[in-house]
Amino acid sequence: MSVTPAVPSTHASEPQRGWYKRNEIAITPWLFLAPAILFFAVYVIIPIGQSFWISFHEWDGLGEKTWVGTANYERLLGWGDQNMDRKFETSFWNNIKWLVLYLLAIPAGLFIALFLNQTVTGIRFYKSMFFFPFVISQVVVGLVFSWFYLPREGLLNAILGFFGAGPVNILGDPTLATYGIIAAGLWPQTAYCMILYLTGLNAVDPEQVEAARLDGAKGWKMLWYVILPQLKPATFIAFVVTIIGALRSFDLISVMTNGGPFGSTRVLSFYMFEESLSEFGFRMGYGAAIAVVLFFIMLGFITYFLYSMYRDEKGAR
Amino acid sequence: MHSTLKTSFAALVAAGVTATAGFADGHASLSGELNIISDMSNPAPRAVMEGLAADFDAMHPDLTVNLTIVDREAWKTQIRNALSANPPDVVNWYAANRMRPYVDAGLFMDISDVWEEEAFDALASTKGAMTLDGAQWGVPYTYYQWGVYYRKDIFDQFGLEEPTNWEEELANCQTLLDNGIKCYTIGTKFLWTAGGWFDYINSRTNGYDFHMELARGEVPWTDDRVRQTFANWRQLIDMGAFIDDHQTYSWQEALPFMVNGEAAAYLMGNFAVAAMRDGGLGDDQLDFYQFPVINPDVDYAEDAPTDTFHIASGATNVDAAKEFLRYVTSAEVQTAINAGDALGQLPVNANSSIDDDKFLEQGFDMLSNNAGGGIMQFFDRDFDAEMASVGMEGLQEFMVFPDNLDDILERLEETRQRIYN
Amino acid sequence: MFPTPLEKTSRSWQISYQVLLPIALIIWLLPLIAVANFSIKPESDFVNGNYWGLPGSFEALNNYGKVFFESNMPRYLWNSLWITIPTVIGAVALSCMAGFALGIYKFKSNLPIFFMFIAGNFVPFQILMVPVRDMTVSLNLYDTNLGLVLFHIAFQTGFCTLFMRNFIRALPFPLIEAARVEGISEWRIFLYVVLPLMKPALAALSVLIFTFIWNDYFWAVVLTQGPDAQPVTAGITEFNSQFRAAYHLMSAGSIVAALPPVLMFFLMQKHFIAGLTLGAVK
Repeated sequence: MSVTPAVPSTHASEPQRGWYKRNEIAITPWLFLAPAILFFAVYVIIPIGQSFWISFHEWDGLGEKTWVGTANYERLLGWGDQNMDRKFETSFWNNIKWLVLYLLAIPAGLFIALFLNQTVTGIRFYKSMFFFPFVISQVVVGLVFSWFYLPREGLLNAILGFFGAGPVNILGDPTLATYGIIAAGLWPQTAYCMILYLTGLNAVDPEQVEAARLDGAKGWKMLWYVILPQLKPATFIAFVVTIIGALRSFDLISVMTNGGPFGSTRVLSFYMFEESLSEFGFRMGYGAAIAVVLFFIMLGFITYFLYSMYRDEKGAR
Repeated sequence: MHSTLKTSFAALVAAGVTATAGFADGHASLSGELNIISDMSNPAPRAVMEGLAADFDAMHPDLTVNLTIVDREAWKTQIRNALSANPPDVVNWYAANRMRPYVDAGLFMDISDVWEEEAFDALASTKGAMTLDGAQWGVPYTYYQWGVYYRKDIFDQFGLEEPTNWEEELANCQTLLDNGIKCYTIGTKFLWTAGGWFDYINSRTNGYDFHMELARGEVPWTDDRVRQTFANWRQLIDMGAFIDDHQTYSWQEALPFMVNGEAAAYLMGNFAVAAMRDGGLGDDQLDFYQFPVINPDVDYAEDAPTDTFHIASGATNVDAAKEFLRYVTSAEVQTAINAGDALGQLPVNANSSIDDDKFLEQGFDMLSNNAGGGIMQFFDRDFDAEMASVGMEGLQEFMVFPDNLDDILERLEETRQRIYN
Repeated sequence: MFPTPLEKTSRSWQISYQVLLPIALIIWLLPLIAVANFSIKPESDFVNGNYWGLPGSFEALNNYGKVFFESNMPRYLWNSLWITIPTVIGAVALSCMAGFALGIYKFKSNLPIFFMFIAGNFVPFQILMVPVRDMTVSLNLYDTNLGLVLFHIAFQTGFCTLFMRNFIRALPFPLIEAARVEGISEWRIFLYVVLPLMKPALAALSVLIFTFIWNDYFWAVVLTQGPDAQPVTAGITEFNSQFRAAYHLMSAGSIVAALPPVLMFFLMQKHFIAGLTLGAVK
């Protein structure tokens, strides 16, 4: 190539710079978005699709995948002449229990928030002490509660014994164990909901409250008709985080019972992990099929969340 | 205890260097790194493993030994991940059928060549347990007897003798219960402890051959002979022989019941002796008896599990790994690591000596002279790994809710058919 | 204000409230108090059956000393730090940019991309587990801090972008228009106009992500093993197996594992709560 003179070269770059300048507002967002989208696509969006694909295979995580069609789902759900996978059945119903009972965190959080929404001295200290179980890792919460529940050494049975009741072995009893774990999970979750409501209560319009008081509204009526409607955004977020929390119950179960006793506390997320990385052979395909079922349960909620948020977005414009 | 261990290892280094000098001649000096993942996470075995790694490291100046110790229970779910995703050179595992999934998946290295060396003739008695498909896949480093460890002082207090048959066993137990003491402590949280009970009651009821047929999946779980085993077991359960809430405890957490005298005995492997002594039981309080006869027509069969080392097929430093296996199985090291103040178990090398310890001597004598039926590896090593996992969950459930037996057996049978067909 | 302020209520309720408050707190924290009590007890208390009484002797130094000097806990804590801090930096950086793009510019796919981030943030981990593990293994990142960090950055970007975008939305837009009129280039606007205004959001998000990542257990178990790379949440199980049935040591270990996020919370309380409750008020 011949040596290009300096002058034309600036000329050549001039229109380019101009093009970028002209389109700066259109291009910039994509440049800013690129890294985030790249990461998110590689680690989140694409793997969802891959999991669907893997769920139609038999795969040990090492060699070739073998296409088995819907065989994994047939075994899981018991289509044809086989029984439904019992571990799956238990896990599914436990997931439902988690979903329903975990929602108790919302009223419980509201109750504590109402209790703490005062301006006495030291109340800030109380608020943060009530909240701080939320920042403890679920692993430690699980350990703390499993010691709390110990059949002889645990504090719970000491207290029950004091009142002449018990002893109960919550984590050793297949009918109680799941509820015991949910109770442990409710502890930090309630703290989270409480802080959401405390913030919400701060923003309640005092004039409306006063007006309602003049109209003679009190107690429950006031709460139901005047306060709760104003707390709607807080309730929505509390609902979202509680549902997500309920479906991510893996840590507590793994630490507290490891799925036992006799497999009675498994949930889908735990069963999926067990099958995929089991000692006697990775069943990535079967695990992926369980994950897909879990995903579809979640998808219902995701759609609802997104729809609500979309409505709000439209409203804001 | 730690200090005694350290001294014994210091002595061991000296002995080890001279002992392995012969090997060292034949091999180029080892270099690079040797990565070991060990599941010896309980205090006494942990000290042994750390000593082994340190000594081996000291013997080979150009070699760096990296030791990772992982939780023994967690390792059972992690090993496959470790071997396939990020293979170390050497790992701990168990003998017999428990090796099968990793042998089939090509994750363990075939080390038949090592077994052909002359020094390995001394390990001949364990060769069978390490052999699958005609090849050897690892080396044993220890084995131990199972049996009933009991509080001799409590037995004496109530004038009880070591039972030799089932009637005596039940009578003993009744006396203890009448005096407010549980016959047996057990912690079934991690399931396998219940497997020991099944092994013994089933082999004493139906014999070794039947037990192994069941293990190989040749007999249905709903067979009447299996039901007889559970019926015998149930006699103890219905009496209230076992401590309450055992499904919540690990085997270690169940120990205090025996230490503080709430329970009189523990069906366990000999590794528990170290923990019992640590808990404060002296040798005058602690004794051992062989699991009693149930059906006089069948011979004694004993659980004597073998713990092992394996080389990962993805190992990068195979020479060092093989040398390490030679080192741990050598007579001197075997004598030292299995001593009563170390692992407290039995050496696998015929040329090593058994420590002067009453439990080890009794155990060795029992396994050599009074186990005519055969040697079982253990429930979770003789049975197919998945069958064992589902099975032990069922055994645990049976111990808590014996009325669920029909449902449990049906479930096990369903699993058997899926796995073995 | 609701409920009725205490000053305006009866004298007897005022007194009962003051009494109830500490009692309620103690009941609320009871499981934790029991464990804290465990962690300063001598071993002999457990042998003697003194589980929930006062400690027979004060052994905090001894027990916590064991955690720090006779176990792998310091190594696990170190790993946690080296997983958490890079993730915080990475996720906050990526989401600042993405939030800026989605909050300031109007383009057709703005809303769909925004909703993609939100939706991805809600999916159960398990649907990602098999492919992410496979990818991490094949990139030779299995059992490394980096492997965990990359995944965490990617996943947290969902939540962080939602947060940042909403925060930027609330900034005064005329400011940016004024800057544009001045002829300032877009990335300079980001750097010199928007970023300084985002300080509270950066602080809030950093403490939140710190806590989330420190407390992660699932991915730690899936993508790492052993003391080389595992964070403290996963390491605590190995610690517990070393001291199985030694409740005083296991309790001390758990408290050590839980402490850093707790400290973070008490030091940065305002930011923490501001972050968590974003959107709880209209």
